[in-house]
Order: sequence, then structure tokens, then C-alpha cells
Amino acid sequence: MNVGSQVGSIEAFTLIVRRELCLSFRRPDQLLQPLVFFLIVTTLFPLGLSLQLSLLRDMAPGVLWVAALLSSLLSVDSLFKSDADDGTLEQLALCGQGLTVIVVAKTFAHWLVSGAALVLVSPVVGTALGIPTGVFPTMMLSLTLGTLTLSWLGAIGAGLTVGLKRGNVLLSLIVLPLAMPLLIFGAGATDRAISGSSAAGALYFLAALCVFTCTLAPFAATVALRITLE
Amino acid sequence: MWTWFYKLASPPYVYGAAAALVPWFLGAAALALGYGLIDGLAIAPPDYQQGDAFRMIYVHVPSALLSLTVYTVMAAASAVALIWRIKVGHAVSAAAAPIGASFTLLALVTGSLWGRPMWGTYWAWDPRLTSELILLFLYVGVMSLRSAFEDPERGDRAAALLATVGVVNVPIVHFSVVWWNSLHQGATIVKLGAPSMAGSMLWPLLSMWLGFMLFFAAVLCIRLQGEVLNRERQTKWVREAIMVRREVKS
Repeated sequence: MNVGSQVGSIEAFTLIVRRELCLSFRRPDQLLQPLVFFLIVTTLFPLGLSLQLSLLRDMAPGVLWVAALLSSLLSVDSLFKSDADDGTLEQLALCGQGLTVIVVAKTFAHWLVSGAALVLVSPVVGTALGIPTGVFPTMMLSLTLGTLTLSWLGAIGAGLTVGLKRGNVLLSLIVLPLAMPLLIFGAGATDRAISGSSAAGALYFLAALCVFTCTLAPFAATVALRITLE
Repeated sequence: MWTWFYKLASPPYVYGAAAALVPWFLGAAALALGYGLIDGLAIAPPDYQQGDAFRMIYVHVPSALLSLTVYTVMAAASAVALIWRIKVGHAVSAAAAPIGASFTLLALVTGSLWGRPMWGTYWAWDPRLTSELILLFLYVGVMSLRSAFEDPERGDRAAALLATVGVVNVPIVHFSVVWWNSLHQGATIVKLGAPSMAGSMLWPLLSMWLGFMLFFAAVLCIRLQGEVLNRERQTKWVREAIMVRREVKS
């Protein structure tokens, strides 16, 4: 008798999310690495460019978004890797729950510890880059939508490259082109808010991309994982 | 009901059809490209603003259009291969990817050469140009993902999924002209109402576009034969087909 089939999808979802969070919080250094990376990359730009706050403010949205993109990409690489290496993923796939539930739960947990954490840190970085405080709501909202979409795009990439030994560079090559509209509209929304015009259009577009990705990407990521697991 | 579909997609049939179609496609492409080049480069009047430099359009626009068309063909073949598990779809996808990447590169190079006299710069961070560059990265991603797997079948399916997912980017590239107000000029041919181009300039362009399409079809058929032979190299019909070829040659 298959024990897993007695557990409902929602219950399985919460169980996996709890497991993932538990695993992440037992290794706080790994949890902090993407955030520290995010901070370091955003520190590099002022050092490399100039100390003029006006110039920095013009660059800030782009810098913030590129850093978020790279940081998210860095952490998503390990989304399925350790579980695939020690066979946990195969066990999860065999437990009677649909693979999609597992993928959704794992990606959501990954977003909570990487994307959501990044959004919470972003005001600090925003202040350092000279973004006015009034823009923070727009910036954080755009980053929330953006990182959620990114986690999903990353899940597809991670699913496709999980079986490969050197999948890291390939993962960037796969995910970054797909993330281009995010960068344009995400940085665009923050940029508009800084210059005082309405950011609503760009935010709506980001939200549309987010909904679109969150609905379709789980299936794509499941197929990707199935291709590499088989 | 679907038996004809599967018969159509069987490797020996595809191999034979591709071989038979190549000369037709090549001949038609030569006619269309010949007319387009002569009319476009020599007969059509120079542009009143751009002079003779506008003639770059006869290579640039068809290759840019083809870069999108080939991606769509590749993604469609990949989707067919994924959904109905038709292996020839993977062969079509693998055969189309390098051709599409070449057209994309050609569009970028001719565009930058055209941009120098017209915009005063080889490269502008115009959304359209950037999107075309991203399209090139998408092609490279699909090609390198396919070759990254040791098991070719797995590589095929992974690349097929990526191509299907990446097709989202194709409309974004196409409509970026409309979405972002940019340096690049808007649509000239495909839009509601009359085209904003004189007929004497338009006809060679359409002919070039048709020629590029036919040329793509011909190259695709040639590459497809190679892909099919390579994938089916363990089968009996391939051995027989090669024997027949050898006999014809000797």
C-alpha cells in the first residue's frame, strides 16, 4: 500500500515546504550566502563607478536588479541538486504525490529563503545606492514579483541541468535570456518611481509576467525534472 | 485516424522526402534570390534620405524575419516531438537550430553595418537589437543544452523543452518595437493599411524574403538528412539506403 497517496496534495505541499525551510535554517551560512553575494555585488558598482550620488541614483535600479538576478541564479542552482544526488528526489517522485506538487513546494520554499529575504534586505541596499525612501514600496513590490518569477524560471533551468556535472554556466545561459523582460520592466518600474512618474504600467506588466510564469512554469519544470530523472 | 501522421513522420519517409525536395527548394530559392538581388541592388531607385545605403534592407530584413521564423519552426518541431514523442521532431529541431543562429548573427551584423552610416553607431542599446541578441543567446542555449548530455535522447528532450519555453521570447522580440519607443523604425510591411514603402522597393524585398525562406527550407532538408541518418545509423533501412547510394556512384 502506498502511504504517500493517503496524504492530500496541500498537506504534502506544507510538509515539503516545512522540510525545506528546516533544512535551510539548519545551515544558516548557506542561507546567508546569496544575500551576502547580493550585498557584495551592489557594493562593487559604487566602487567601480563613482561616488557621485546623483549618478549612482541613476544607475541604482539597474544595479539592484542585475544583482538580484545573479544572486537568485546562484542559489537556484542547488534547488534540486543535493536531493537528486542523495536519491531523495527520486524517493519523493515515487511517493505517490504528483511531481508537480513537489516542484511547487520546493520552488516556493526556495523563494522564501532567497527571494523574499532579498526583498527584505533591498531597502538597505537602496539607501546605500541613494534611492529615495518614498520609492521603497515600488522597489520592493517589483522585486517581490520579479524574484518570484525568477525562482520559477530558475526552477525550469535547474530541472534541465540537474543531471549535469557542470550545469552551472549552462544554467545561466538558459535562464538569463528568459529573464530579460523582468529586468527591463523591474528596473523600469523603480526608475520611473525615482523620476516621479507613475510606475503602475511596468508593475502591472511584472505582475502579468509573474502570474503567467507561476501558472505555466510548474509544468515546464516538472517535465524538465522528469526528463533528467528518468 | 492518426496513422497517416505517424507514417509521414517515420524516419525513412522523412529522409526520402527531404532528399527529393532539396533540388526544388534550391532552384526556387535561386530564382527568387536572383530576381531580388538584381532588382534590389541595381534597378530599384535609391532612397531619398538614405541613398544607396538603404539596399542593406534586402539582406537585413529577410534575415531578421527568418531568425524568428526558424525559431518558431524549431519550437514547433520540439513541441511535436515532446507531446507526441515523434523522434523526427528532435531531428528537425536539431537541424534548424544552427541555421537559425546563423540568420540571427547575419541580422545583427548587417544591422550594425547599416547602423553605422544611418544612426552613426555600430551598436545602440535599442530594445530591438538587444532582443535579437538575446534570441541568439537562446539559440546558443538550446544548442549547448542538447550537446551537454551524454545520452543524446535526454539531450534532445531537454533542448526541446527549452525551445518550447523560449518561444515566449519570440513575440516579445517582435512586439518590442511597439512596446518601447525606440531608435529602430516601426513595422514597414506587416501592418494594417497600405505598406509605407514604394512598390519598386517592396517587390524585390518580398522576393528576397521568399528566397530566404526557400533557402532555409533547402538547407533544413540537407541538414535533416544528415541528422536522420546519424540518429538511425543502427537501423536496417539506413544501411540499405547507403548501399543504394554507393551502387549509384560506382
